Amino acid sequence: MHAIYILWLRELKKYTRSRAQIVASLGQPLLYLLVLGFGLGPVFQKAGNGSYLQFVAPGVIGMTVLFTSVFSGIALLFDRQFGFLKETLVAPVPRLQIMIGRTLGGATVAMLQGTLIMIVCLIAGFRPVSLAAAPLGILFMALIAIVFAALGTAIGSGLQDMQGFQLIMNFLVLPIFFLSGALFPLNNVPKPLAIVTRIDPLTYGVDGLRASLIDLTHFGMKTDFVVLGAIAVGLLLLGAWRFSKIEI
Amino acid sequence: MIRVQNLTKKFAEFTAVNDISFEVPKGEIFAFLGPNGAGKTTTIKMLTTLLPPTSGSLELNGLDPARQQNEVRQQFGIVFQDPSLDQDLTAEENMELHGVLYHVPRKVRHERAEMLLNLFELWDRRLTLVKKFSGGMKRRLEIARGFLHTPKILFLDEPTLGLDPQSRNQLWNHVKRLNETEQVTVFLTTHYMEEADRVAQRIAVIDHGRIVAMGTSQELKERTGKDSLEEAFLALTGTSIRDESANSADQLRQMARMWRR
Repeated sequence: MHAIYILWLRELKKYTRSRAQIVASLGQPLLYLLVLGFGLGPVFQKAGNGSYLQFVAPGVIGMTVLFTSVFSGIALLFDRQFGFLKETLVAPVPRLQIMIGRTLGGATVAMLQGTLIMIVCLIAGFRPVSLAAAPLGILFMALIAIVFAALGTAIGSGLQDMQGFQLIMNFLVLPIFFLSGALFPLNNVPKPLAIVTRIDPLTYGVDGLRASLIDLTHFGMKTDFVVLGAIAVGLLLLGAWRFSKIEI
Repeated sequence: MIRVQNLTKKFAEFTAVNDISFEVPKGEIFAFLGPNGAGKTTTIKMLTTLLPPTSGSLELNGLDPARQQNEVRQQFGIVFQDPSLDQDLTAEENMELHGVLYHVPRKVRHERAEMLLNLFELWDRRLTLVKKFSGGMKRRLEIARGFLHTPKILFLDEPTLGLDPQSRNQLWNHVKRLNETEQVTVFLTTHYMEEADRVAQRIAVIDHGRIVAMGTSQELKERTGKDSLEEAFLALTGTSIRDESANSADQLRQMARMWRR
């Protein structure tokens, strides 16, 4: 238990110490929120879908949580390169606890970052349906964070160098974001796209966020919750297994 | 304290460690010398549970590293060939994290951290982020950390690599002192023969995965008829230059692939 806590705390300390990085990581979501939010707003409005800013804000929150949590898992690569990974692997602690501590730490950091973006959204003019929506929104943020922190750990366990990292960003993380319906409504999309979006875990995360924050949902909040929960369990198991196989 | 019998490690066709046996009694400082790629680090990895042996038996304080991993890990401290600190944490936080991972009770943890940081002259810098430390300070912190959980055995894998003579000298003084006061068994590797000569009670020379000689520094010199340990070492292992050492299993595997052709 203590081991999980101290490794969780480590992730948090590292996060709060990298202020420049926190500010830098706000850049991209801000662009999506402001440029797309205000730029596509009129078109979206004319199509009869209401305010695009309202629509895209949960997507941008989901994106932030996705990027931060995957990155935290992949940060395993840096620990490998800077050597700290060895220190944890020779410690008299089961690897499962080490993996859980790291993953929960990464997930918590992703949630903090998501909350930060949520506040930015509120300042930009985003209005959730009610205050009661906040806890449900945070629940979905947590689920997204755990799913992708575990995925990041599973991937990070096998990565040996920075080239691999670029590959993952471009061929996995960005597609997960763009195919999730974070930027567009899932109604009336062409069949092939509809199928792909359905196998993207983030789709259910963003849909859950929309369901709780702006009361707009494609699958229904219960479905989102169950699907995400199941994926979280699956990916945690995969991550734990991959982590246990690390050799240095 | 350490007992190794007929230990062998193979990576595909390449034999990194070939049927070695030795024993290190409690409280001894034992040096493991050999050219790059001789099998030093691989042996340490097997002793410290990071690699399973292909065959042979290992015992650390009566426990088997291949099977009783967590129990064995509690017994030793290790300073790796390359750094293993968290650069974004302070010296004190690195110590604290280590203490928690090794189940050291809070009070003992704090007392020992203070004692060790003082001993290694890092107490004044305990709140500094490790990334601002010099190479010598990082090394000292790693060794201090290795002692935190009062290990029975301390593994030092080329701990003085890249340090200036002052730091090296001071570092060995501290290690010797803790070896005497806490009866820690020390298992070290180094490329600096005069260090091994000065610090170690017994020396094993390993080459191409085999132990080619073992004994006190004096015995090795007498056996080869040389005046210094360095000359004795060269007489035992030859003067040809070796391939760069394999510091990870992957490099070893790569070497194995190369050698198969």
